[in-house]
Amino acid sequence: MKRRLRILMLIAILAVVLYPLLWMVGTSFKSQSEIANNVGLLPRDFTPGNFAAGWGNFDVSFGRFFLNSAMVALLTVVGNAVSCLLAAYAFARLRFPLRGAWFAVMIGTLLLPGHVLIIPQYILFRSFGWVGGDWPYLPLLVPQFLATEAFFVFLMVQFMRGIPRELDEAAKIDGASPYGVFRHVILPLSRPALVTTAIFSFIWTWNDFFRQLVYLSDLKDYTVPVALTLFIDSTSVSAVGPMFAMALLSLVPVFLFFVAFQRMLVEGINTSGLKG
Amino acid sequence: MGITAIPMLVSLYLSFTDYDVLTPLSEVQWVGWTNYRQMFTADPSYWHAVTVTLSFALIAVPLKLAAALGVALLLNRSFRGVGVFRGLFYLPSLLGGSVALAIVWVSMFNREGAFNSFLALFGVQGAPWVNDPRWALETLMVLAIWQFGAPMVIFLAGLKQVPIELYEAAAVDGAGAWRRFRNVTLPMLSPVIFFNLVLETINGFQGFTSAFVLSNGEGGPVDSTLMYTLNLYIKGFVEFRMGYASAMAWVFLVAIALITVVLFTTGRFWVHYSDAEER
Repeated sequence: MKRRLRILMLIAILAVVLYPLLWMVGTSFKSQSEIANNVGLLPRDFTPGNFAAGWGNFDVSFGRFFLNSAMVALLTVVGNAVSCLLAAYAFARLRFPLRGAWFAVMIGTLLLPGHVLIIPQYILFRSFGWVGGDWPYLPLLVPQFLATEAFFVFLMVQFMRGIPRELDEAAKIDGASPYGVFRHVILPLSRPALVTTAIFSFIWTWNDFFRQLVYLSDLKDYTVPVALTLFIDSTSVSAVGPMFAMALLSLVPVFLFFVAFQRMLVEGINTSGLKG
Repeated sequence: MGITAIPMLVSLYLSFTDYDVLTPLSEVQWVGWTNYRQMFTADPSYWHAVTVTLSFALIAVPLKLAAALGVALLLNRSFRGVGVFRGLFYLPSLLGGSVALAIVWVSMFNREGAFNSFLALFGVQGAPWVNDPRWALETLMVLAIWQFGAPMVIFLAGLKQVPIELYEAAAVDGAGAWRRFRNVTLPMLSPVIFFNLVLETINGFQGFTSAFVLSNGEGGPVDSTLMYTLNLYIKGFVEFRMGYASAMAWVFLVAIALITVVLFTTGRFWVHYSDAEER
């Protein structure tokens, strides 16, 4: 009986938690007139028209915004995976002067709020001519190729510390250079940490708004989140349906990741800080 | 590293200048403490933003942690489908920070939104929440609390670490459910509570996206959602007062560092580490 009460409570809470998401899905399929007078979960008339309307709502199609977002997110994944892996290898295995101090500085940047960093970064990138330049994504992407995501560096260092040093030694005896050790021992064994880094880089970049808002000023360069805010400017009621449709579409990639990697997402990163 | 450290030093310098992006860096004027003085004594919007941010963090963070702990306690049993529940409760944490969800939130809590028609079922006439300066920030707090899944997962991991013998011993001593929670679960979980508290407090101070979407980037209605970071954005990237914004950023950094230090200091009095020696 107690058990049943527990499950009933969980279902009740879950209903409240999921309601906004389900309502969002329902509203995306409502016609314009229905949005105004039916705030219920399900549309009386199932109309996919909002998706076509939203796709072409601005001078630049949403397809372009999705491509821009995908490009930024995928390049960020590549940048983070490569640069953080190399940096982590250096911290975990190589000896170099002031290694401890550099590691402390790297951890220190974890606490640095992104909103604080963005002003000096903006000034720096602007002096390079990157802001509003030919390819406005430089300021978004270059830092990702320089291992600035301390969180991922830290994650991989912790992971590599779990790889037995005997494997390195064995490879060295067989004549491997530090590069060889990296290529044939560390890289293949670090795959789980790499996958985690890749997934979270993608999701965080896809959802990121602040940096993209600051650096992208031309409509054709907009990413999905920045483009979505354009709907708020147009306060007309007719845009609500298309706005919901596009907002829903924008969540699809993250949702697919959630479905595919649910266990890993839930258990992976959140608890990694707790285990030794 | 250089991408982080050098700009920070440049910005420390710029916070003592009148830099406004349009003038070349070589011509900026050194203005001493002017930016800081103006911020603290002559800019009402600054203190207003500080108040908004503090009340947001002070209310939303404890409620979010309470929700996370409550649901984690309910989920801390093995039954069929527990993984599905956990996954679905976590989903908002993955999606909730996006512009898309902020848009949904604003639509749900406007005058004709879903929330008010729900209230109407009970004959209650709701406020125009997001357009009402008294309630706009509260709707953003609800959005933050809704994303309790991430700390919940951490609580669950912590609850699994509590040795079952402690509960058995307490039960033998005649402790009821509440006493067991109060005297076993809470102290054993305190390191995890502390970890979540620090993490969520730092996050709470940085809320930006939802406030931006609700107010169309202006902090309204009547500045009620003018979070510190939004104010920083407006000063730096709308008004282009980069020197002033640099000063604001540095104060923010110091404030967050101080709050973290305070949390760690008070933590010494209530966080219980099993492996620590008795003092």
